[in-house]
Amino acid sequence: MDWNWDYAWEVLPEVIGRGLWITIQATVYGSILAYVLGLGLALLRRSPFRVVRWIVTGFIEFIRSTPLIVQIFFMFFVLPDIGLKLDPLPTGVIAIGLHYATYTAEVYRAGIEAVPRGQWEAATALSLPRRRTWTAVILPQAIPRVLPALGNYSISLLKETPLLLTIGVLDIVGAAYQSGSRAFRYAEPITIAGVLFLVLSLSASILVRRLERRVGTLY
Amino acid sequence: MSEPSTDHAGGRSDVMIQFDQVGKKFGDNVVLDDLDFVVRPGEFVTLIGPSGSGKTTILRLLMTLEQVTTGTIYVDGECLSHMRRGERLVPADDKYQRKVRKRIGMVFQQFNLFPNMKVLQNITEAPIRSLGLPRVEAEQRAHELLELVGLSEKVDAHPSQLSGGQQQRVAIARALAMRPDVLLLDEVTSALDPELVAGVLALLKDIAKTTDITFLCVTHEMNFARDVSDRVLMFDRGHILEDATPEKLFSEPDHERTKTFLQAVLGRG
Repeated sequence: MDWNWDYAWEVLPEVIGRGLWITIQATVYGSILAYVLGLGLALLRRSPFRVVRWIVTGFIEFIRSTPLIVQIFFMFFVLPDIGLKLDPLPTGVIAIGLHYATYTAEVYRAGIEAVPRGQWEAATALSLPRRRTWTAVILPQAIPRVLPALGNYSISLLKETPLLLTIGVLDIVGAAYQSGSRAFRYAEPITIAGVLFLVLSLSASILVRRLERRVGTLY
Repeated sequence: MSEPSTDHAGGRSDVMIQFDQVGKKFGDNVVLDDLDFVVRPGEFVTLIGPSGSGKTTILRLLMTLEQVTTGTIYVDGECLSHMRRGERLVPADDKYQRKVRKRIGMVFQQFNLFPNMKVLQNITEAPIRSLGLPRVEAEQRAHELLELVGLSEKVDAHPSQLSGGQQQRVAIARALAMRPDVLLLDEVTSALDPELVAGVLALLKDIAKTTDITFLCVTHEMNFARDVSDRVLMFDRGHILEDATPEKLFSEPDHERTKTFLQAVLGRG
């Protein structure tokens, strides 16, 4: 295999220009969805109604026990049959966000359970309404502690975004593949794609570690 | 089940708290057994006894942090565990309990301040959100209470920046901000460094003497109990062994068990 620097410099802007922004969008939107839905699932899992708890637990188990790519295909190829048709990127973001929500739900659960029982009891003793207890007492203590764990899931999620290639989302890997197929030279563009992911993952890890340190000194 | 001795037509009743044949089990463990007692408005009643005798459970039942297994608790004539639905008494729901327990405040052994809120918000949160007080009024009240507990300068501090004694003073102010009729004190000095205990006790004594709040207090501070209590209840294994004035109970208790308990506690102090 011979590495051609000229060719590498030629395809680099293509890969970055076409793919990077899509990868970042998929990761950021997917993460936001996973954070929000995960919190919702974690709260529903504590519902006073047993049926709700069962349904949510079953849903979480189902999503976790099936491959992400099956979920992506299902949403992209099957749901349009019943009239739910979205563009590839939103479809992919929803599929990935939903999948990761079942993991972030577990993170939130641990964070909520780590809030001392005395906090609940003080809220009861002060007759704080249930909703206010959650929004002003429990979650403000639970969420900062789990931010690093959530960040780590965003890094995992980032590395799964190339799966969206299968439904036609042109991310970093997709752009690299396209560039490569034009000249039938893949080494340079695919390596560039790998390095870009490395850079993204490492910068995200550094952010997460900073967050960890800040959370450690909270309160 | 006997009716509580209250007079709804004549304003304030002569009974603030009534336990009517209250039983509490945790699994097979009987913590309270057929307990009957009343506390009159404005009384300061201290519960003493060996640990595991059910004293703290009584406070927790009143605060609805636990539910009775059998029997009924009345607060100013209103049943805490059950509510009327038509002709029948049914287990109280969350909304009903919240209404009744608004009149009850509690100070905890571990303070349980909200660490994510500054001192001021710790005190104003419940009056605003639970009583519906306007913010200005709640803050005014908080400033007054902070002055009372001697922590005016800590209004913008976070709980983690305060000593244990200061945190407990804020917790007392927070409970008072709800203007409770009944204040429950659950071993409020047990988690404090010894040199901080006296200040908190002096504050509580001051509050007890200057307000008409009804106090129910679990403590191991016998000098404090003797000092402020109108009545002392000696508990043993879920029963009230003795119910007397502090003068009587501390100097000439009727029961041998009380004597040995007091000797053990006072000897230690």
